[in-house]
Amino acid sequence: MSELVITDLWKEYGDQIVLERVSLTVASRAFVALVGPSGCGKSTFLRMLLGQERPTRGTILLDGIPLPPEPGPDRGVVFQRYSVFPHLTVLGNVLLGKEFSASRYKAKLLGIARREAIDSARQMIAEVGLTGAEDKYPAQLSGGMQQRLALAQALMMKPKVLLLDEPFGALDPGIRAEIHRLMKRLWHETQMTVVMVTHDMREAFTLASRVIAFERPRDRPEEKQRYGATITKDISIWPPRLAGEPSIYSPDRDGPVISLGQYRDGPAPSGEKP
Amino acid sequence: MRWINARPSRGTQLTLLLLPFILVVIAYAIGSAERLAANANDKLLPNLAGFADAINRMAFLPDSRTGDYLLWSDTGASLIRLFAGLGISTTIALLIGMAIGMLPYMRSLLAPFVAVISMVPPLALLPILFIVMGLGETSKIALIVIGVAPTMIRDLALKALELPREQIVKAETLGASSWQMALRVVLPQILPRLITCVKLQLGPAWLFLIAAEAISSDSGLGYRIFLVRRYLAMDVIFPYVVWITLLAVVTNYLLDRLRITVFPWSELEKLG
Repeated sequence: MSELVITDLWKEYGDQIVLERVSLTVASRAFVALVGPSGCGKSTFLRMLLGQERPTRGTILLDGIPLPPEPGPDRGVVFQRYSVFPHLTVLGNVLLGKEFSASRYKAKLLGIARREAIDSARQMIAEVGLTGAEDKYPAQLSGGMQQRLALAQALMMKPKVLLLDEPFGALDPGIRAEIHRLMKRLWHETQMTVVMVTHDMREAFTLASRVIAFERPRDRPEEKQRYGATITKDISIWPPRLAGEPSIYSPDRDGPVISLGQYRDGPAPSGEKP
Repeated sequence: MRWINARPSRGTQLTLLLLPFILVVIAYAIGSAERLAANANDKLLPNLAGFADAINRMAFLPDSRTGDYLLWSDTGASLIRLFAGLGISTTIALLIGMAIGMLPYMRSLLAPFVAVISMVPPLALLPILFIVMGLGETSKIALIVIGVAPTMIRDLALKALELPREQIVKAETLGASSWQMALRVVLPQILPRLITCVKLQLGPAWLFLIAAEAISSDSGLGYRIFLVRRYLAMDVIFPYVVWITLLAVVTNYLLDRLRITVFPWSELEKLG
């Protein structure tokens, strides 16, 4: 279970109110896309879910328990950039979480424990389609591969909630379509709730089970300072998308790749793989 | 073609690289020849034979008084001081720099203090060091540490602070404690910078070393230069200066190679 309950959340920076009156319940295993114009506080909202920032007022409960005031292993994250560690190879990046949890002082695994961890890391690397790149450093990977790596790294911890901050924003369309399919598959196969911030409406409606829009209801220059953004639209996708259940419609009406055709990462077959 | 697009070929590159060095040598040779033509006993600009003789005397013949091969014993004494000073500075800089860069409490406590300390001119402290620590090795090494460590601390703290916040947050979501992050995320990423930092501090370190040796010592490269200055022994001073420069250049090169060998990713990052 991983249900998020957000009640009457406010965020202020000094006099500037960024978010106000945000209340939201995210069901377990939902895939929520947060959309809205630049500067409307959707990334701030995500950072509060992450624990990187604290709300000025209001509460966030994860499975009924208030979130701790700092990031932790129950919430995974993929940022648009800097999500992977440049000094570690692909394998090292994916192993890192295991090493942190298994070895308190050295943060390094040795011997059998290491071999076992490597096995599961390799599985995860295969899962995101990076087999063969285990010994490469992030600087040797393309943008899309780096984001795949970031996903693998986060998923190793089996987080309850996966937070994505415009994770695919910097990728070109063909690669983005491929990583969308991967993201969908991972969402179906794992037990996690996903919250994704995106600029891309198509992406939001392609992936999410629920699309939430943040906006400033009062946006005149003199009002900007004292009125924050809040949830203005809350759209559940119809027909409902449920994690782990194949869509009734095949190919998916919102199939991520329908019109994109041949890009340099090869043909992107349309339709959702159940 | 525009000048900004004109690139030398490999051969031209090598020629251009050597050109300034050759020009300096030629200019010196001309000056030396002119002076020696006017006065065969001139000491200011000795010729190559003079240098060869002095180098032979300093490096390959035992000193008549002590029986030491002076160039080598001087080099040994100087390098021990230099590397002791740099080693201690590096350790201090790594510990304090990382603490300042990572922990807000340590930052509040130490960052302003280090900033002020780094403004103290180290050479002005030299008399104090001599008085407090005596004229032995300790005061010379201490001078290098005082001169070099504050800059290194600030540089490394800055580097640790510059790590994208995303990386730290990511490490937290992977369940890392502060200690684990220091060990596996921050330390490996600032080590290449540490090497670069040592490289940049080589110049100042030599400066402080030679200053300390010039004032009070009984061996060392700086000591020798200032000793033979009394006899206008340019034939010894020039080779010593060239030798010191060579040592610095080689150290510089070795540190770069070390960085690229041990941290291959640091070079990739630069390219990417």
